[in-house]
Amino acid sequence: MIPACRLADLPRGEAFRLDIDPPISVFHTDDGEVFAIDDTCTHQDASLADGWLEGPEVECPLHASKFDLRTGAVDAPPAKLPVRTHQVLIEDGVIYVQPSTDAPNLPPCVASRLAGGAA
Amino acid sequence: MRTVAVVGASLAGLSAARSLRKRGYDGRLVVIGDEPHRPYDRPPLSKEFLAGGMGEADLALETDDEDLQAEWLFGARATGLDRQTRTVRLADGRSVRADGIVIATGAAARALPGTDGLAGVHTLRTLDDARALRDELALGGRLVVIGGGFIGAEVASTAHGMGLDVTVVEAAPTPLAGPLGETMGSVVSALHADHGVRLLCGVGVKGLSGETRVDAVLLEDGRTLPADLVVVGVGARPCVDWLEGSGVALENGVKCGADGRTSLAGVVAVGDCANWYDPVAGIHRRVEHWTGARERPDAAVAALLSGGAAEPGLPKPPYFWSDQYGVTIQFVGHSAGADSVTVEEGSPDDRSFLAVYRRAGHPVAVLGMNQLRLFTRWRKQLAAATTFPAMSAL
Ligand SMILES: Cc1cc2nc3c(=O)[nH]c(=O)nc-3n(C[C@H](O)[C@H](O)[C@H](O)COP(=O)(O)OP(=O)(O)OC[C@H]3O[C@@H](n4cnc5c(N)ncnc54)[C@H](O)[C@@H]3O)c2cc1C
Ligand code: FES
Repeated sequence: MIPACRLADLPRGEAFRLDIDPPISVFHTDDGEVFAIDDTCTHQDASLADGWLEGPEVECPLHASKFDLRTGAVDAPPAKLPVRTHQVLIEDGVIYVQPSTDAPNLPPCVASRLAGGAA
Repeated sequence: MRTVAVVGASLAGLSAARSLRKRGYDGRLVVIGDEPHRPYDRPPLSKEFLAGGMGEADLALETDDEDLQAEWLFGARATGLDRQTRTVRLADGRSVRADGIVIATGAAARALPGTDGLAGVHTLRTLDDARALRDELALGGRLVVIGGGFIGAEVASTAHGMGLDVTVVEAAPTPLAGPLGETMGSVVSALHADHGVRLLCGVGVKGLSGETRVDAVLLEDGRTLPADLVVVGVGARPCVDWLEGSGVALENGVKCGADGRTSLAGVVAVGDCANWYDPVAGIHRRVEHWTGARERPDAAVAALLSGGAAEPGLPKPPYFWSDQYGVTIQFVGHSAGADSVTVEEGSPDDRSFLAVYRRAGHPVAVLGMNQLRLFTRWRKQLAAATTFPAMSAL
């Protein structure tokens, strides 16, 4: 479990990015639910924490694919692959994240950079 | 409705096909496209794909397991539409008779008159165009880009990144003044100079020189720009020739209502070829952006399936992005009616800022450079304000 931030510091409609590798973002929805998903869009190198949160979905700030915070599923192109979801625990007002052990669906440009190739 | 034909198998056509299925249409679905390829994404063609950082498989717009239960006719060009029988005629002699028709034939790159057959001269619209250009860029040398619009600027940026010596020629005094206005057009186009790419403005192109292969661009002021390669980025024209005489009203593309309905019942038009009525501004606008081609077909499909019974909603303000020299440029709204533009965050000098266009004090458009988070918030606000009629009437 990785501590992210205090619940009180994350207003509804906002996101908090955990700068781990690959980064994870925690979203506090307008309905008061808290979810954690991979921060990097599966299409290109955009941070979903910069996106547009509406209901249980976040819209990528670049090309508007929407990801379901509950399942990680993507609604429509250009992104085609889901993001990973991560388990969230809130204890004593602190949000903790348990990173998934699945392989992330990083976009081609980021994946090749991590592999040491040219971006 | 038993058969729907979608003409044009790119983003708008695919989005329409998806919406048909999503909205429960379970009849025959025929998608007709003149390119030999399955639907692919165009924006990377001037960016990552051109630079070599992205392969053809990454361009696919469909997912691996997607099956819309459609009949796909590739390499099939529509040449006519018969209004009486609602039949689409194809160049190869076949025809498709349908109850509903979605026109999604997009746009084609404009060429420079008189440059046909001269090697080394490119336009960029299709995958085949991008493959050909990418191969020639790999040889290096001097590139002249004719046209300082978004596609021209992106090609210049990509080619510069690949080590070419690049010059951009723009006929207008300021590039991008149409979409961004004079002030911001000059801020954004300053990216060229930042990276040592020459930008010549306010000068037209007289012609090209070269026997079989281009060797120079001749400017109207008498200058000659030696060139190994030329990219012509002077805009696109809607592909609607095939509809001449069909009874579908044409005016800067297909003339449509606020939900894509054309002058013929049972026929809607979407994407770059469609000139939709904008009820907020009271004029028709042909929006040539990715997001419009992706989102608007759903409204058109709703109109098609309901036989026009559904009231059209108000359009979201159009949004587009562009990537140049590592900078993300985003724009939403219409700059045309604005009487002021102010920088609200960051600074143009740092190439990281957000600017708001206003008319009579009300925001009508927003431009962001490397300001994704803030831009997204403004985009949301602007959409909320525009789709709320009382405010937008101001
Ligand atoms: C190089 C490039 C970069 C771009 N970058 C961006 C960007 O960064 N941001 C952005 O917002 N937008 C961008 N765009 C614009 C965006 O790609 C278009 O708005 C979008 O592709 C429009 O989709 P469409 O389906 O309406 O038309 P198109 O993609 O043009 O597709 C129309 C299809 O119909 C076919 N067709 C035409 N005539 C016929 C016929 N008679 N019969 C059968 N088929 C026919 C065409 O061959 C084509 O396959 C870019 C475009 C290009 C070319
Ligand atoms: S980067 Fe997210 S949709 Fe393109």
